[in-house]
Amino acid sequence: MESIAQLLQLIPKYDVLPALVRASLPMLVSAIVIFALLSLVVLFLVWLERKVSAHMQDRLGPMYVGGWHGWAQTIADAIKLLLKEDIVPELADRVLFKMAPFIVFLGAFAAFVVIPFGASSIVSDLNIGVLYILAIGSLAVVGIMMAGWASNSKYSLYGGMRSVAQIVSYEIPAAIAIMTVVILAGSLSMQDIVNAQKGGIQRWFLFRNPFTFLAFFVYFIASLAEVNRTPFDIPEAESELVAGYHTEYSGMRFAFFFLAEYANMIVVAGVATTLFLGGWTQVLPGTVAGQLVPGPIMFFLKVMALIFVQMWLRWSLPRLRVDQLMYLCWKVLLPASFILVAGAGWLAVYWK
Amino acid sequence: MRAYFRNIGLGIVTIARSMWVAWLHLFTRSVTLQYPTERWDMPERTRARLFNKIEDCIGCGQCARACPTDCITIETEKRGKDEPAVFASDGTPIKLRTYVFDIDMTLCCYCSLCVFPCPTHCLMMTKEYEYSVYDKKDHVYHFAVDKPMYAKSSKEHTVDNA
Repeated sequence: MESIAQLLQLIPKYDVLPALVRASLPMLVSAIVIFALLSLVVLFLVWLERKVSAHMQDRLGPMYVGGWHGWAQTIADAIKLLLKEDIVPELADRVLFKMAPFIVFLGAFAAFVVIPFGASSIVSDLNIGVLYILAIGSLAVVGIMMAGWASNSKYSLYGGMRSVAQIVSYEIPAAIAIMTVVILAGSLSMQDIVNAQKGGIQRWFLFRNPFTFLAFFVYFIASLAEVNRTPFDIPEAESELVAGYHTEYSGMRFAFFFLAEYANMIVVAGVATTLFLGGWTQVLPGTVAGQLVPGPIMFFLKVMALIFVQMWLRWSLPRLRVDQLMYLCWKVLLPASFILVAGAGWLAVYWK
Repeated sequence: MRAYFRNIGLGIVTIARSMWVAWLHLFTRSVTLQYPTERWDMPERTRARLFNKIEDCIGCGQCARACPTDCITIETEKRGKDEPAVFASDGTPIKLRTYVFDIDMTLCCYCSLCVFPCPTHCLMMTKEYEYSVYDKKDHVYHFAVDKPMYAKSSKEHTVDNA
């Protein structure tokens, strides 16, 4: 945001603008920039998801729209969704129904405030960044429950209930797994955590000690559940619940749920990258490639790699049952994360 | 307690194994055929749209009798004695003028029973399988080209898409 504020200084007579405008303009600009980039990346991700899933099933996926391997397919789909009729069910709770997709998207979008894309490319380096991410991530639960309840449809309600139960459960192991990193970095600020990992792949918290190595996998599994992706997609189980909490949505509101889903994927992959994979720092800082690739590109590549793994898992694993889901959370991940935090703390104190 | 840890280990191993399978499939050749631009080669004895080579047809009507769904309509008349003799390509004299030879492909069951009795082998199954139309009437194919000279046609017949 500092860099954006500096850019805005170039506007003539910027200094004589009212203080309120001067204070809010950088925020507005950064919000628009992030929203535009996010939409583009999501369009790309939806296309990538379709291609990856198709090729893992020995199919081709979209091939026609746009010419080269159907690259414009998602653009066409997005335009179609925006132009479609926005249907509200007759007996739905109209206010909540209309609000829900935006609250779900807000939860995903607000998280981008503290994600460091580069050394200076961060909207706001909050000193409690990690806590902020965990808190704002829970906002989606409210939106999903609103969507499920307000639709007045049993599929939506089941989907919403399952999703809320799942997200609320899996936030705990995710948060505790993050604690191992916070212990090592000694800070909750995202930028401090990245700076603590500067200096190449061996400085990443992933490879710092065995406890953080395992904590990465605990966080990754829990984050999969938080964004409702396979094998934890029981809230959207196509074969049982049509589409879960967004069954009754159509047109632009449905598109917003879609956008929020993929934005959430980017957020959890971004947090995993920042906390465990060194964020925007170079993989091999000594080499030529290490000096040429800018930080934001590095961050983007790492995030894309993690998202590819999410897609990969989606086409490798079957869906869990509800009881298996809860078993995995409360009986496996939660004790494991407690042990990891204790171990990481013990190492931090006695084995410097 | 041992079962608990064994289950976790088994979970990790099976996840790795299934991911490896998915990874291999990412690089196997796709089996998709991009239909409108690529097509399968149809087998030798494909039974699709019927075609009648009307120049060879002697109007015997055996195909119409063999048809289980009555999709072939034939109307003929005797050729006049003063008319020049006509022969099919295998030398069979054509003594009847076929002025209606309609095949309704919406009724056809593709059994090919009409093809076997044809004495001059003029009725055949082609490999053409893409002939959907907007109007059901367009699925009635009129093969006859001659006009009746003596008899009165029961059908208003037009010569098209032979």
